[in-house]
Amino acid sequence: MTDSLSQFSVLALYSSMAVYAIAFILYTLDLAGIGPARFKLVRIGLSLTWLGFVLQSVATVLRGVAAGRVPWANMYEFAMTGTLMIVLVYLLVNLKWDLKFLGSFVTGLVVLLLGMSATRFYVEVVPLPPALQSYWLVIHVFVASLATGFFALGFALSLAQVLQERRERAVSAAVAKRWAWLSRFPESATLENYAYRLIVVGFVLWTFTLIAGAIWAERAWGRYWGWDVKEVWTFIIWTIYAGYLHARSTRGWRGTRSAVLAMIGFASVLFNFTVVNIFFKGLHAYSGLK
Amino acid sequence: MSQQSRAETTVVNPQLGLAGWWRWFWRQLTSMRTALLLLLLLAIAAIPGSLVPQRSADPNGVTAYFADNPELAPVLDSVQLFDVYSSAWFSAIYLLLFVSLIGCVVPRVKFHWDALRSDPPRTPANLTRLPAHEEFTVPGKPEAVIEKAHALLKRQGYRTVRFDESTPTARGAKAATASTRSRLSVSAERGYARETGNLLFHGALVGVLIAVGFGGGAGFAGQRVIYEGQAFTNSLLAYDTFNPGRWFDASSLTPYTVTLDSFNVTYEEQNQDAIGQPLDYTANVTTQLKGEVPQQAEIKVNEPLRFGNTDIYLLGNGYAPQVTVRDPEGTIVFRDTIPFLPQDTNLTSVGVVKVPDGLDEQLGLVGFFYPTVSAGHSGAFFSMYPDLIDPMLTFNVWKGDLGLNEGIPRSVYALDTSGMTKLTGQQTALASLELKPGETVALPEGLGTVTFDGVKRFVSLDVHNDPAQIWVLFFALLSLGSLLFSLFIPRRRVWVAVTQADKSSSTVSIAALARGDDVTLDDRVRELGELIRRA
Ligand code: HEM
Repeated sequence: MTDSLSQFSVLALYSSMAVYAIAFILYTLDLAGIGPARFKLVRIGLSLTWLGFVLQSVATVLRGVAAGRVPWANMYEFAMTGTLMIVLVYLLVNLKWDLKFLGSFVTGLVVLLLGMSATRFYVEVVPLPPALQSYWLVIHVFVASLATGFFALGFALSLAQVLQERRERAVSAAVAKRWAWLSRFPESATLENYAYRLIVVGFVLWTFTLIAGAIWAERAWGRYWGWDVKEVWTFIIWTIYAGYLHARSTRGWRGTRSAVLAMIGFASVLFNFTVVNIFFKGLHAYSGLK
Repeated sequence: MSQQSRAETTVVNPQLGLAGWWRWFWRQLTSMRTALLLLLLLAIAAIPGSLVPQRSADPNGVTAYFADNPELAPVLDSVQLFDVYSSAWFSAIYLLLFVSLIGCVVPRVKFHWDALRSDPPRTPANLTRLPAHEEFTVPGKPEAVIEKAHALLKRQGYRTVRFDESTPTARGAKAATASTRSRLSVSAERGYARETGNLLFHGALVGVLIAVGFGGGAGFAGQRVIYEGQAFTNSLLAYDTFNPGRWFDASSLTPYTVTLDSFNVTYEEQNQDAIGQPLDYTANVTTQLKGEVPQQAEIKVNEPLRFGNTDIYLLGNGYAPQVTVRDPEGTIVFRDTIPFLPQDTNLTSVGVVKVPDGLDEQLGLVGFFYPTVSAGHSGAFFSMYPDLIDPMLTFNVWKGDLGLNEGIPRSVYALDTSGMTKLTGQQTALASLELKPGETVALPEGLGTVTFDGVKRFVSLDVHNDPAQIWVLFFALLSLGSLLFSLFIPRRRVWVAVTQADKSSSTVSIAALARGDDVTLDDRVRELGELIRRA
């Protein structure tokens, strides 16, 4: 029973990856200005992203049911839930603002991470070790994944902002037209605003993650903070984003510089998830990899 | 330049210079730019501690690092890279940051306090100059219109103040009917909680820092290993290791005993991918405060026991074989239950039995314990399952000087073999001793016998007391709560000004200004205009 459920989960996950991959191609063709009636391509891309999201949700839920617990207790599952959150945030934000131009980035990143996870991090369903048996696993890891979703979009928007700003300068200086695909993006000030509003939400969630992690560490390890590698990186990420928020109120740091900080922030989030989990030795040895 | 003026400069300059220099330094330190740079510096400075093992988190890793990198390690040590988070440079950065924070926040508190008690500012003369503005005409007298606008703004939570201005028109004498053109306006402001939240947030961070610093000093952390049936008393002597804070007072230890009645472990038996994985550790204990009745309690990995002003954590466990050593006449010279340290997930465990008295020579037994023994191709034993299915204990015997009389504290888990001779095992003529529970075997050279009476589980308990911990939590939650206000409450000023357009209609001007980030300002102005038109 458990076996067949987790196999269905894998099947659903691969299907969602295929759907995301097609969406990625459509989004990218649209950015490249190829194909008939461009606006339709992104619309189809968005619909496919919804479909991929539904499939991935099925995969994630099945995995949880197969394991009899929340589906975020090892690297494979972190990747599955984390990317699901990235897609979720993208889809929800699109209900409010038109951010379809980020579709390429989001689907591309998710396919890449899921592909890496499914081939390199896959582990069979195993029960939770006593150290993870806590409702804090449910809260702490879920909120961290959700924060990652907001930071990912903040990264994409900040990157777009930096490029757009350069393009705007080139255009106003009447230099040759470069990066025509960026003409379908909003102006850099708007991108900056979007980025800020998403990162702020991510920051609050990350602050919560940090505090919840400390509370859990107190229960599980007898101290709320011990500068374990994972704690160190959570702290570093928090500090970088605090720096980002300050940069926006510091003269000379608004614009490109603060955007670069937002990008470094998300790069650290990815680093924390991949390199720190796999190669650094610490108490958080929950990758499930041998 | 005259003598006199030069004398003046030399007298005046240093004084002004020092004060001026200090003011300049203080202004630099408390500027946003410095705060930002220190924050980024703090992030960077935290990185090395994740690359190099830290004494506080991973002391064995540090020892291993020294062994693996004998050249490099002392160099790193000299710049405190094994103690990054208590190092002088790391401390300097965060202390400067917090000085900067305090220097930055205190003046803002005063400023904000004043702002909270004063009215919103006068309505600017020309509202159309502000970036977010709107102007339209509605039917009705100015008095009635401004009354409605005022009520609307109040209902939206604005703090408001009315202004009634009569501006003489140019060449007022000419226009006899309206010698003055009066403008009625409301100046409104909302979102003071944004700044309150921001100040509270920064203040709470200071609170966290102070509570963390204080907590480390006032409490203690002790470790104690006990096996099933054994008790320990909460007193300095009972701990295997004890780390008091700087201001710790030993008389503050609540007198109590904790007895380990049983330790139960459940292993996975169904799932083929996880056979033998522990599913649950439960320590059943009896606790007793001095002079009170004993109580039953449980300690689990994620469920510490909060008892007698301390928190008791279950951090480790393993097997403790019971061993008896007899001399050749059969007199017991040693009998104890000895915790063995687990070496792998199947709990192959290593321990030492030291027999200082009663035999012709001092004896050291280095033991291996296998809860479920199996032999590999080479004949070497290993444990294939962590539970007690087919336990076996093996010993290598050493005789000679245990080194116990030199007054140097010796680890109970290690045998110093420098003054000893190996009698069994590799590089000797005799095989290691092998015992199943209940078995007795002879020691070499007719020294006596050793018996494996049975095996118990032991647990390793951490006992902590941190009186400031609750304050750390309080300030952390306070900072999170106030952060929400600081980030999500928009602070803005809105002005509505009304002038008479003609006999039965009025001209309304609306403008708004945000403090901080607020991209919805234009929408707010449009909404307010809509409401006034409909009212
Ligand atoms: C431990 C060090 C610090 C941390 C972690 C920190 C964190 C933060 C965070 C997360 C925010 C965003 C909240 C908001 O925008 O209202 C913020 C805002 C702010 N911080 Fe800090 N801060 C620190 C030190 C400082 C210092 C030293 C200063 C003064 C030089 C300062 C001045 C400000 C100001 C003025 C804002 C408001 C910015 C705005 O309105 O956009 N902070 N800080």
